[in-house]
Amino acid sequence: MPENTRSSNSPPGSTPPNDVIRQWKKPPAIERPWLRYGLLILTLVYLFFSLGSYDVNWSRVAEGMERGWAFVKAFANPDFTSRRTDFIEGMTESIIMCIASTVVGILISIPIALGAASNLAPMPVYLFCRAIIALSRALHEIIVAILMVAIFGFGPLAGFITLSFATIGFLSKLLAEDIEAMDKTQAEAIKSTGASWLQWVNYAIQPQVMPRLIGLSIYRLDINFRESAVLGLVGAGGIGATLNTAFDRYEFDTAAAIIITIIAIVMVLEYSSSIIRRWVQ
Amino acid sequence: MNTSTPVWQRRTSTQQLLRWFAWLVFVAIFVACFMYISNRTEWFFVFDGPRIAADIYNRATPPRWSYIEKLWEPLWDTLNVATIGTALSLIFAVPIAFLAARNTTPSVTFIRPIALLIIVASRSINSLIWALLLVAIIGPGILAGTIAIALRSIGFCAKLLYEAIEEIDHDQVEAITATGARRSQIMSYGIVPQILPAFAGITVFRWDINIRESTVLGLVGAGGIGLQLQGSLNTLAWPQVALILIVIFIAVLISEWVSAIVRKAII
Repeated sequence: MPENTRSSNSPPGSTPPNDVIRQWKKPPAIERPWLRYGLLILTLVYLFFSLGSYDVNWSRVAEGMERGWAFVKAFANPDFTSRRTDFIEGMTESIIMCIASTVVGILISIPIALGAASNLAPMPVYLFCRAIIALSRALHEIIVAILMVAIFGFGPLAGFITLSFATIGFLSKLLAEDIEAMDKTQAEAIKSTGASWLQWVNYAIQPQVMPRLIGLSIYRLDINFRESAVLGLVGAGGIGATLNTAFDRYEFDTAAAIIITIIAIVMVLEYSSSIIRRWVQ
Repeated sequence: MNTSTPVWQRRTSTQQLLRWFAWLVFVAIFVACFMYISNRTEWFFVFDGPRIAADIYNRATPPRWSYIEKLWEPLWDTLNVATIGTALSLIFAVPIAFLAARNTTPSVTFIRPIALLIIVASRSINSLIWALLLVAIIGPGILAGTIAIALRSIGFCAKLLYEAIEEIDHDQVEAITATGARRSQIMSYGIVPQILPAFAGITVFRWDINIRESTVLGLVGAGGIGLQLQGSLNTLAWPQVALILIVIFIAVLISEWVSAIVRKAII
């Protein structure tokens, strides 16, 4: 590490004997110089090629600036009224989809989490549950929604199944990690009383992971609401369909109203989730 | 005495009753929600679902492997949208995080709430909605996708970063301040070294999420492999859809693997 370096520009008047000033320098973030410069060069090469592949129609962008400004202005006077029925319908559908799918998602993800915890489940069960989790996490909600709409038809049921499926990947993974990190002595104490497997899970594991499960569930409710707002784009119910129509018709004031409502609901959910989490712990 | 030895109970009977009541309300809400969904569903189509699923599966297999030649360019675009979008978002997220953190913000009453509002607004809008908006404003293409990814990531990165800033060790900051350092020097010697690992971790984490998100941005016309997916779905070319889904799955797995390696190297 080049911590001590000879400084050549010593200020006049403060010259110590031997004309040597040892000045401390911040060590670089990456110690090995070849790695440091190599990464730098790689980044520059990547930037050169990637930015080169951007094919931007600047006149179109300039044209759009006016529309962008119109959108920003629309936030000052959002229009809640002119699409009132669609708006209320879509929002209710989004909220209902998000509640129902969170509940079902949690119910399914608890057994999967138990199966995906390496200290609980035998190897084949563990691998099977981990595979479900990986599949659910890798597929984006919208892609799942497209498939569900193709299979079950348009409407909130497709969105409900999509969100439940997405909840499984999220909740089971984090819950399984929490179960794996639990205190073993409590589990052993319950086991030594001769408890059955169900009693063991109920009295040794469940109390330990409950606060985290509640916290995660509320967080997932929040995520599901945000996701339910876009599922409408592919016909899986919710406010997204109305939002899409509003953008297509350049009705920015209606779009602004929808976006403001989404933000408000997310804020309320976030605030209440922080209160509930504090109350649980 | 006919009462046998009392059996230990986890809760008193009042607690038990309250719990049952809470569960009852909870179940009632859920049933109401489900009824609502059920009323809006053509159950006839749903019961037909398994047959349709089998039909789609038959049409989609085997995937059209030769189509991969047309996917390299969209994949490159997808990678760029995610990477440049993440980089762009950091340029804005870092100052916002410093403005939002209680210990570095210049004003707790005025600037902090504004920064928090920006974070919440950016976080609550899905990147697909941002993309929809940007496609309407600046036209279809990967520029719209990149900006959409960046706008969505600002809130995410800024939130995690400001939480990291609020958790720093204050002794170090005090020590630097005691040497008579300027504000900027306190920042670069007292605060930045402490949050650098968190910063790198957040960046890679978000990059990984962004790869996943940018694969679908094409559905609304914002470039990347989603565009091919949309085209194949519209023409009911199921073997191509199958291949695209496989490619997306592999791309996401690789990005997750890369991000896990980098995070492990940092921590």
